Amino acid sequence: MSYKYFPHTEAEVDEMLGRIGVKSLEELYAEVPDSIRFRGEYDLPEAMSEMEVRRLFRELGKENKQLTCFAGAGVYDHYTPAVVPGIISRSEYLTSYTPYQAEISQGTLHYIFEYQSMMAELTGMDVSNASMYDGTTATAEACIMAVASGKKAGKVLVSETVDPKTVRVIKTYSKFHGIDIEMIAAVDGATDKADFERKAAQGGVAGVVVQQPNYYGVVEDYSGYADTAHANKALLIMNSVAADLAVLKTPGEWGADIAVGDGQSLGIPMSFGGPYIGYMCCREKLIRKMPGRIVGMTKDSRGQRAFVLTLQAREQHIRRQKATSNICSNESLMALFVTVYMSLMGKAGLREAAELSYAGAHYMAERLVATGRFVMAYDRPFFNEFCVRYDGDVDALQKKFIDNGFFGGIKVDGNTIMFAVTEKRTKEEIDSLIALV
Amino acid sequence: MNSKLYGNLIFELSHEGRRGYSLPKNEFGRYDIPDELRRREDAALPECDEMTVVRHYTNHSGNNFGVNNGFYPLGSCTMKYNPLINEEIAAMPEFACLHPLQPASTCRGAIKAYDGLQKALSEISGLERFTLNPFAGAHGELTGLMIIRSYHISRGDTKRTKVIVPDSAHGTNPASAAVCGLDVVEVKSTADGIVDVEDLKGLLDDTVAAMMMTNPNTLGLFEQNIPEIAGMVHECGALMYYDGANLNPMLGACRPGDMGFDVMHINLHKTFSTPHGGGGPGDGPVGVRKGLEQFLPSDNFVCDATSSDKHTVDSDIFVGAYHGNFAVILRAYAYILTLGRENIKRVGPLAVLNANYIKESLKDVYELPIDAPCMHEFVFDGLRDKSTGVTTMDVAKRLLDYGYHAPTIYFPLLFHESLMIEPAENESKETIDGFIAVMRKIAEESVACPEEVKSAPHGTPIGRVDDVLAAKHPVVTYKVLKSEKA
Repeated sequence: MSYKYFPHTEAEVDEMLGRIGVKSLEELYAEVPDSIRFRGEYDLPEAMSEMEVRRLFRELGKENKQLTCFAGAGVYDHYTPAVVPGIISRSEYLTSYTPYQAEISQGTLHYIFEYQSMMAELTGMDVSNASMYDGTTATAEACIMAVASGKKAGKVLVSETVDPKTVRVIKTYSKFHGIDIEMIAAVDGATDKADFERKAAQGGVAGVVVQQPNYYGVVEDYSGYADTAHANKALLIMNSVAADLAVLKTPGEWGADIAVGDGQSLGIPMSFGGPYIGYMCCREKLIRKMPGRIVGMTKDSRGQRAFVLTLQAREQHIRRQKATSNICSNESLMALFVTVYMSLMGKAGLREAAELSYAGAHYMAERLVATGRFVMAYDRPFFNEFCVRYDGDVDALQKKFIDNGFFGGIKVDGNTIMFAVTEKRTKEEIDSLIALV
Repeated sequence: MNSKLYGNLIFELSHEGRRGYSLPKNEFGRYDIPDELRRREDAALPECDEMTVVRHYTNHSGNNFGVNNGFYPLGSCTMKYNPLINEEIAAMPEFACLHPLQPASTCRGAIKAYDGLQKALSEISGLERFTLNPFAGAHGELTGLMIIRSYHISRGDTKRTKVIVPDSAHGTNPASAAVCGLDVVEVKSTADGIVDVEDLKGLLDDTVAAMMMTNPNTLGLFEQNIPEIAGMVHECGALMYYDGANLNPMLGACRPGDMGFDVMHINLHKTFSTPHGGGGPGDGPVGVRKGLEQFLPSDNFVCDATSSDKHTVDSDIFVGAYHGNFAVILRAYAYILTLGRENIKRVGPLAVLNANYIKESLKDVYELPIDAPCMHEFVFDGLRDKSTGVTTMDVAKRLLDYGYHAPTIYFPLLFHESLMIEPAENESKETIDGFIAVMRKIAEESVACPEEVKSAPHGTPIGRVDDVLAAKHPVVTYKVLKSEKA
């Protein structure tokens, strides 16, 4: 009868049933019609002891191969300082919920305010919300936001150089929400500016989505994009890998209205796809159109500075079907994760890590080309990720990499591989991988 | 609560030139980033040494309250215990270091865990198959509605654009319908707090895509007419959507599939004990009845007896980059395996026992608008004695002084002074008795010294906050905060 997660003794159960005035636990479900009452046994294993559970997951873990990662495509193997998991595992953060009761949630409210401040700095924008699910859904929500801000315009232009995973999420949301998506052509690994200008001029465009660096790792020249978008009453939405913005020209500097993307690159483990964190920052004038939680400063009854969830009139629990989005809880603990990460790295550390990644990637690209088997796919600037064309069998090469303990890039098409390098990759690792070619 | 150390922002502890990190030396030689690609100046992030950062976030955690601190009866949120073994498993490098695009042959263990949870949820829900990809409950609702629309469209039934939602529903239900491009129609509740079947009859026609419900509903009442409702909805060609927010009391008692639901989501962070994390990450798996599998979003894993890694691409619905919040999926799977079939079925009855015990112990002093047996939660409409002027807000704030998290307040919207109480199955009788005693004490204080209650909390690091000021003049970044100070 007794079990580690249930404190009730039989005597207590009886006493409690007595106060309620029923004879059995079964009787508590008197309202459930007999025809749908579940009285069988779940077809699940019997309870396991903690040691058995641990053993089972260790066995499962052995079926995963630990690879040295040279792949990116939106998820990067960055370094996580030891402090970060130490802080986020503190149960006062971990086991709390949305800070509805500000008086006993200032820990959460402070870090969200710090997170918003840091993300606004990183993206060069005015404001940030408290987080989104991931980079793909944040971008899709930005499209909805653009259409909601754009009065009658119902179309969003999306560059072909945006990550295909992001594009398919945008298309999914748009299909159901009733937004027309039109793709902007790519030429030689970059957005076709002439095609963009032509499509923007057609009218009815509420937003334009570009990615920087783009899916292929190219750092594009988006000069003039914001002006063209604004001249056509459209918002410029720029998707970026958060960590890259420590050194690259920011969405704010490019003139973007909404900056979105994934924050995984700020030290979050890859964890087979999640949890990560989507970020969304924008110009101040758009703040009331933003989805998600926002924390603001205020005062308490004793005159102290305090923080609180604010501008809630945008949200589903107040506005129901008229809300800016249905999003409520999403990735708060991951906001703490990246906030602690950025606090430790600071302005210099974030820059230094980005410069190391840049140097490693450029070293690797040079060495790959030097083997004579690879050529750069695009003659364009890149950051820490790049595409190369291989003159042999890509599948066989990638298998060889795996057999030797490397996740050797993402195959983009027939003979193109995309490699990513972070500050975690050593010269020795790069040289060992290249020696396999 | 650590009121002495209340206050600073990390930016205010920053000193130029300090650092809290160490990185390896550049061994690649000089590869300089061209100026034209660079931002004009560094992001103004804090500069702190490592211990300053650790102390800052450690001290701030003392200004927070979690399930591990004490009783957290937040209605509709199922604040249950978050076992630590699940944290250990989620952090195992064998899972944490996997890139989501690794070939299936190099991540079989992860795929098996995904599939294992998917199958366990199907069994517990009485549905055919689950995707674990949606990131949260609201995201699951949106995904589920996309599935329902896709089903209708596939049959050429394109005029079904309405979703029926009870007036007691959580705000996410209508909001998810709107994001999905559907119109919301509200069905009334009866005086007994359940769906008014007569009202529903008048709303059903061939423009209805789905009926969204929780069962038990947000008042904690079991919708007894569910077989009849499901029959009527199916009769008119629409589908039944189950919002899994209130699934906990149904463990061991009733399965949504058996109630007649076709599509549902589960909040892993509620029913399956993954930590709420201050508002995520959770995960919102979506399950469907047999015959609807082809409409599930793409990018799922299903293992069968012969191959352990079928990567399924069923539809053109994509709701995220990869496979959901995988580390959350691991925690929930570990929780289910730990409980096992014999304990999972005890979760519901014990949660329901706790809720009814509190309700019966307090209904003489708090207004119980619908005096009926409840499931895992119930709603008071404030204090019975309204003459003192003490509101639900005041009661909630006074509870903080006594070391309890407040219940959910002012929801559902059916009552003016809603106070929604949900004790999870993990709470002991003495914890609950302590809560009951304090709730009674607050009722007494409301008569004896109402000002003490109206001005609560007194023992927390801060007093009541000015919500109006925050919204009227939004200061949402340190940059603005600093400029205003100057």
